[in-house]
Amino acid sequence: MSVATQDTAIRTGRVTRTFIYVFLLVFALFYLLPFLVMVLNSLKPLEEITSGNMIALPQDWTIAPWLSAWSTAQIGVEPTGLRPYFWNSIKMVVPAVAISTVLGALNGYVLTKWRFRFDTILFGLMLFACFIPFQIVLIPMARILGELGIAGTTTGLILVHVVYGLGFSTLYFRNYYAAFPTELVRAAQIDGAGFFQIFWRILLPSSGPIIVVCVIWQFTNIWNDFLFGASFASGGAAPMTVALNNLVNSSTGVAEYNVHFAGAIMAAGPTLLVYIVAGRYFVRGLMAGSVKG
Amino acid sequence: MAAADTRADFRTRMQNWLPKIVLAPSVTLMLIFVYGFIFYTIYLSFTGSRMLPSYDWVGLRNYENLFRLSHWEIAITNLGIFASLYIIICTLIGLSLAIFLDQKIRGEGFLRPIYLYPMALSFIVTGTAWKWLLDPGIGIEATMQTWGFTEFTFNWIKDRDMAIYTIVIAAVWQTSGFVMAMFLAGLRGIDNEILKAAQMDGASNWSLYRRIIIPQLRPAFLSAFVILSHLAIKSYDLVIAMTDGGPGRATELPATFMYSYTFTRNQMGIGASSAVIMLMTIAAIMIPYLYAELREKK
Amino acid sequence: MAKLDLRGVRKSYGSVEVIKGIDLTVDHGEFCVFVGPSGCGKSTLLRMIAGLESITAGEVAIGEEVVNAIPAADRGLAMVFQSYALYPHMTVRQNLSFGLENIQTPKPQIREKVEAVAKMLQIDMLLDRRPKDLSGGQRQRVAIGRAVVREPNIFLFDEPLSNLDAELRVDMRGEIAALHKRLGNTMVYVTHDQVEAMTMADKIAVLRLGELEQFGRPLDLFNTPANLFVAGFIGSPKMNFLQGRTDADNRSRLILDTGDTIDLPEGRFTQAPGQAVTLGLRPTELQPDPDGALHAHVGAVEQLGSESYLYGTFQNGTPVTVHNPGQTTIRPGDKVTLTAKSTAMHLFDTETGLTLRA
Repeated sequence: MSVATQDTAIRTGRVTRTFIYVFLLVFALFYLLPFLVMVLNSLKPLEEITSGNMIALPQDWTIAPWLSAWSTAQIGVEPTGLRPYFWNSIKMVVPAVAISTVLGALNGYVLTKWRFRFDTILFGLMLFACFIPFQIVLIPMARILGELGIAGTTTGLILVHVVYGLGFSTLYFRNYYAAFPTELVRAAQIDGAGFFQIFWRILLPSSGPIIVVCVIWQFTNIWNDFLFGASFASGGAAPMTVALNNLVNSSTGVAEYNVHFAGAIMAAGPTLLVYIVAGRYFVRGLMAGSVKG
Repeated sequence: MAAADTRADFRTRMQNWLPKIVLAPSVTLMLIFVYGFIFYTIYLSFTGSRMLPSYDWVGLRNYENLFRLSHWEIAITNLGIFASLYIIICTLIGLSLAIFLDQKIRGEGFLRPIYLYPMALSFIVTGTAWKWLLDPGIGIEATMQTWGFTEFTFNWIKDRDMAIYTIVIAAVWQTSGFVMAMFLAGLRGIDNEILKAAQMDGASNWSLYRRIIIPQLRPAFLSAFVILSHLAIKSYDLVIAMTDGGPGRATELPATFMYSYTFTRNQMGIGASSAVIMLMTIAAIMIPYLYAELREKK
Repeated sequence: MAKLDLRGVRKSYGSVEVIKGIDLTVDHGEFCVFVGPSGCGKSTLLRMIAGLESITAGEVAIGEEVVNAIPAADRGLAMVFQSYALYPHMTVRQNLSFGLENIQTPKPQIREKVEAVAKMLQIDMLLDRRPKDLSGGQRQRVAIGRAVVREPNIFLFDEPLSNLDAELRVDMRGEIAALHKRLGNTMVYVTHDQVEAMTMADKIAVLRLGELEQFGRPLDLFNTPANLFVAGFIGSPKMNFLQGRTDADNRSRLILDTGDTIDLPEGRFTQAPGQAVTLGLRPTELQPDPDGALHAHVGAVEQLGSESYLYGTFQNGTPVTVHNPGQTTIRPGDKVTLTAKSTAMHLFDTETGLTLRA
């Protein structure tokens, strides 16, 4: 899918070609502008924003909004800045990604190389689970987390994200391993390798790309989640997205747009960084999650 | 000999069971947390639950009430407007960008990531950016006015009749690049020789695309439709961040409706029934699609 | 001693039976080839022997031990796969060592064995390369090496040559035969190519639709095929089949559907008077002859210099192929009469397909 080599280019005249370039550049601007505005205005004092020109460069460069967003801004009732929530998100995302990826890899391995009756149905059930509107599980989930005593905690969120991340991680690994030659597994069986040995020594060494895809996908999704965070961890354990929303949409006081923008960039930072570093894999994950493997 | 036999036997049996043992935790989690919960919520939607779940059976009353609520009517009307515009505009932009980007464009490698990066952002971030960008006091309107266009107004986000369209703008901004990537992959998958043959047959550029290329993008259209409609129905974060359902109820969607009825208005039965409606809508789109995909793969 | 016994072996997937009760014995040191068209179950059967597929019913025994419940790795077998199945992320040396490591062989011993095998197969200079840097023939050797290094009692080959080009295939055929001679192990070899079967096998098992059609030495299968299927499958070009019926009054007189009549040799077949039968004649046994009883019309002629082939039809449209040693003056469009040596005739019951050989 990503090995795009051929263009379906057609012969075009100079006028058409100019039009195409203009069109493409206008849209590039459309996509870039909001982020540009955020960056510029996060480096301005508040008066420069309220006095009216969003697109102008700052006259008075300042990093005060960043410092405020990070450590002193009012989030809910506490003036803590986003810092504690950023760490909440990290503490949530790392184990959740790790666990769902490992389980997904094992599931994909079993579903393709140790096939049994009903495996396709089972996979179909897991696949559908990727696409349910999470509203359908909010009520019972709130109850179960309460009963397990992990409501409002990072642990609770980890559980939630592992459970609802499993479908996608299984999908990725299943599709990847389906294309992995089964004869290699058979050869290893004859060579005396057991279930885990085959996984560890034969499949895993060739799984680099799909692990990257899966980790990036899970990381992006879990980091960016708002619904579960807002529902199950709105207090001190809230993740970054929830804290950002609290920062931006708190009705008290004057809206500090520059601080909001700085906070938004902080919330976007980790996923954006991943996108810049490994965009190719990010796109592959998106495509695999939507079309085929 | 007998000892060796039992050992071999045990090992074989272990090897036969291991795959199932490994799969078991995931399957259990899925059965409880996905399907168990779905059934639980469906059950609640037939009860008179308010702040807490209760088990008094009320039949279809929640659904009847739901469809009598003007609030819900607004939510689904909004969803209709939002989803159809979102899908159509994303598809048009995505397809145009993909076709144009496929014309041996210099700097393709530079442009593509720009189109796609919003997909990496949280809807809350997107919402924050567009909330202030569209805010008449400091955003585009104010900027245009300081540039001398004093008559320029763009205050949709504060306008009850227009606010839902601002959600469309932000959502399109976030996902149209992704739709572009899907179409681009589709275009790159088309056999070049077919195009050469069509050109030998004297097809013009327009008819080449209309008759040969776009029909071959059918799978990409289908995937785009399925993914976008699925995203539209689930849309929640973006609305919360941009307008919080307002002004008034102007941007209320089923997802925000469900949340507020269940958790702030203590109408859990009605909240559950709205969640069930959402699930059924998505299922009606996803199940045939997934079924076809799975069958194809076998 | 590694004798291989299959007793009433069956395999079903759900309600679909793909192996329908196979009995055969491969003696120690024999080279046995399973041959048949695709879908005949030969690869499934091989995988059942290997322990990679469960056995629905019946027994597989190696030596005297029933191995149904024994895992693949413990059956003392090695297998060479169609795709070679070399571990792509391992070097050749690691590929060869993997199986020995799994049975906790001491390191120096692994080294020694791997190097000896590599030398024997002339891949010793490739030991530090990865499979993707090897040619098809080299990969094939590594795959064989991986099997040899484990010193198995029985070698299994699953269509190992089908990914090689024609020339290399002939070479490798010779090498595998030489390997068999040198090691003296029992080998079971699956192929769909009857030429491979004929040239390599001590014994051939012809399979069709999960059933054993015939099991025997190559020339026995060629000379005395048990049924129409084996007759048509073994031998190239394929045997010509002519349908007909024996005379109701004279069972030695065969009235063919082509309109020709011929006499069957006395005492060689057990046909009844008035029975529907199929006459089989190999292309090599048919000759143009002015006095021949069979009338044919030549459609195409292939002149290969040292031999030639005539392709034509009998009067009723039944196709016929004739192999002619040397060159021929017959041209397309000619009408010819053909004769067949009576000793080379095969006769089958049309209804059951079984041979009528006495």
